[in-house]
Amino acid sequence: MNGNRVAVVGAGMTKFVRRAQETPKELSWEAAHLALQSCEMSIDDIDAVVIGTAPDAFDGVHMKSEYLSDGCGGWGKPVIRGYVGGGTGVFAALQGWYHVASGLFDTVLVVCEEKMSSCQPHPQAAFLTIFDHTTERPLKPNLLWIFALEMNAYMSRYGLSKRDIATVSVKNKRNAVDHPAALLGDPDITVDDVLNSPVLAWPVQRLDVSPVTDGAVALVMSANHVARRVTDKPVWVEGVGWNLDTAYWTNRDLSYPVYVEEAARMAYEMAGITEPRKQIHIAEPYDPFDYKELHHLEGLMLFDRGEAPRAAADGVTQRHGDLPVCPSGGLLGVGNPIAAAGLMKVAEIFWQLREEAGARQVPGSPKRGLAQAWGDLMQVGTVIVMGI
Amino acid sequence: MKEFVYDSVYLRREDFEEGRVLFETWDPNARYAWDAGVAIGRYLQELKAGRLIGRSCPECNRILIPPRMFCESCFYPTDRWVPLEDTGTVLTFSRCYVTWDMVKLEKPQIPAVIEIDGASPGMGIMHILGEVDPDAVAIGMRVGAVWKPPEERTGSINDIAYFRPLAD
Repeated sequence: MNGNRVAVVGAGMTKFVRRAQETPKELSWEAAHLALQSCEMSIDDIDAVVIGTAPDAFDGVHMKSEYLSDGCGGWGKPVIRGYVGGGTGVFAALQGWYHVASGLFDTVLVVCEEKMSSCQPHPQAAFLTIFDHTTERPLKPNLLWIFALEMNAYMSRYGLSKRDIATVSVKNKRNAVDHPAALLGDPDITVDDVLNSPVLAWPVQRLDVSPVTDGAVALVMSANHVARRVTDKPVWVEGVGWNLDTAYWTNRDLSYPVYVEEAARMAYEMAGITEPRKQIHIAEPYDPFDYKELHHLEGLMLFDRGEAPRAAADGVTQRHGDLPVCPSGGLLGVGNPIAAAGLMKVAEIFWQLREEAGARQVPGSPKRGLAQAWGDLMQVGTVIVMGI
Repeated sequence: MKEFVYDSVYLRREDFEEGRVLFETWDPNARYAWDAGVAIGRYLQELKAGRLIGRSCPECNRILIPPRMFCESCFYPTDRWVPLEDTGTVLTFSRCYVTWDMVKLEKPQIPAVIEIDGASPGMGIMHILGEVDPDAVAIGMRVGAVWKPPEERTGSINDIAYFRPLAD
């Protein structure tokens, strides 16, 4: 029993920028306004609003979604906020799905916003409280540590080369050149540029990492009968999944994201997918770091464990490759306003399946795609499968 | 889809330096006192005495560190304190050349996850490595705790100054 059929019928977003003049509310409104405009709906046509936004500490605003709600079209409506760290952007789309699939609402506006630039001198401060207050924080950890520790565990387990992993950063920053909202598109970047960039926390170097970003993205999701009325190109939600690993992260095998696999299995089962490598035509896995795209492709069972880096280096995941991955340009290229970045990936699948992605369009008329996000203490996986 | 991308305003350093935009600032002064709890309270007492300790689960028989009063896998109460060694194996590590706010460090910090001898396989804790050439650190390296002198210990994870390679 998967509930009522649910479609994505509209999408809009702001430009992703390092520091936006707009307030979080204004950014939310810009994205929500364009999403409604894209399917010729007004806020009066919306039954409920889902807001996705990451730590309140970024903005220094308690209960940030209540603060954002007016810009998200939430006034006088049922409103909910979902928050699973970096996994929030895709999770918000999953919440939009179950609001409609349950039969409770016919139309939902999903808005994800992040303004990281407010947090001074660096938004990493907002993340430091994720470490255990008694057993870890006295060591004065730095957020980069956990990614470096995970990347090293992944590389060492499978004997991976940094050169193969760096091709992800190059691919995504080049793909982003064709995205009209992108912050860090670079047509000329090379693998050597990545390998020669400053070491932050070995093996993580500057160009392995996505940037601090401000931005917002919005989707309109609706029940079947509304979708048929407002668009001739609905994109259906076929499967959703999410899963959380233990917060005792030092007790886990960091070389494989088992929680992503569990989330993918849930989504694939709902979508009737038995051979994901054949049945998924395009993927937008979460790529805040270049190795994470590969790690997640393996967790999504689209490549064998330890095989994704070689495939990426061989061009399989290029826009014209057998499995286009992050044709948007991803977080590494378009930017990483946490919750908005995840929903940007869902929007990219929407535009790609409708063949509206312009210069980014992958060839071959893809029929099914997935978006995935990840977050918290390297422990949450959120997956959505969409098709036409 | 270009028409559905809003042309948000990108602020640059000059916009602030030349006073073209206005902003407000706030310095929070938030203070917290965290209770260590039942399991970690005992863990800290043992650290003060120069020992590491774990808890074992009667269902799955795992010996857990950091210790907890329940097993998150079996969702069952743990029932026994288990003294552990203060030695272990590096599961993963990094050489970090920046502070949390991106200030460059000349000498890297070496955070690591260390699997503790006597606990179940894969049971690690986060700590720092010291007295080691950063380029010589490797996964699988055997390390031991360097304790602060007893009079300097406070019942903290920092009662272990760092872990260093074992002599052999």
